[in-house]
Amino acid sequence: MANAGTRNRPLSPHLQIWRWGPHMFVSIMHRVTGNGLALAGLGVLLWWLGALASGPAAYETFAWAMTTPLGYIVLVGISWAFFTHMMSGLRHFVLDIGAGYELKANKTWSILTQVLGVLLTAAFWALLLLR
Amino acid sequence: MGNGTSIGRVRGLGSAKSGTHHWLLQRFTAIGNLLLVLWLAVSIQLLPDLSYPTVSEWLATPVPAVAMALLVVSTFWHARLGMQVMIEDYVHEHANKFACIAALNLAAFAGAAFGVFCVIRLALGATA
Repeated sequence: MANAGTRNRPLSPHLQIWRWGPHMFVSIMHRVTGNGLALAGLGVLLWWLGALASGPAAYETFAWAMTTPLGYIVLVGISWAFFTHMMSGLRHFVLDIGAGYELKANKTWSILTQVLGVLLTAAFWALLLLR
Repeated sequence: MGNGTSIGRVRGLGSAKSGTHHWLLQRFTAIGNLLLVLWLAVSIQLLPDLSYPTVSEWLATPVPAVAMALLVVSTFWHARLGMQVMIEDYVHEHANKFACIAALNLAAFAGAAFGVFCVIRLALGATA
């Protein structure tokens, strides 16, 4: 009776049941930054490439939009999302090989992925704007 | 789905029904993204400026053009896999889920095709 067993199966408890820890925040941020990059990041990438392929006038429009305050917020947001997603993605690789599940190590690296994501974003923009 | 061994009883369940191949592709494209987006980040830092002549000339040379085309394919592929997981988790009604994933596939292929085409157009000198 394959189907009888699949209906009314117990669901795993949702977020609010568990005591909060940094790993839960990292998991949520990984999804948020990943989907943010997919929508906004790839959108801006296509706009950039499309403007380059269309010629100087289109590139001018793109450059204008990206250097408005809103444009900078979008670009900084995309770069932060990338570096954060990259760090939590690297954490996934470590977890994939079965390492990093000890409570203390897991907590430390969860926090570090978020901190390093912000630091790399700051370093990227500092290098770009101060060169 | 069988009802013999314990693995047989759980195979095909879960919101995605199957997933080893998907999981592996997500990792392979993640490695591609890691290399290629870091290449892009370093390139942006190393370019003398980000003006139209500088960037378009740079992107028209063979290695940056190929790397950028690969970046577009790898990131769109990875994004398509990742958004599929989000849809499978949050869209429960079967027909809606199917429609969302169909739309996602169209958008991912269209976006990647547009990006690669732009790079090829630049690289082959259509705007030079």
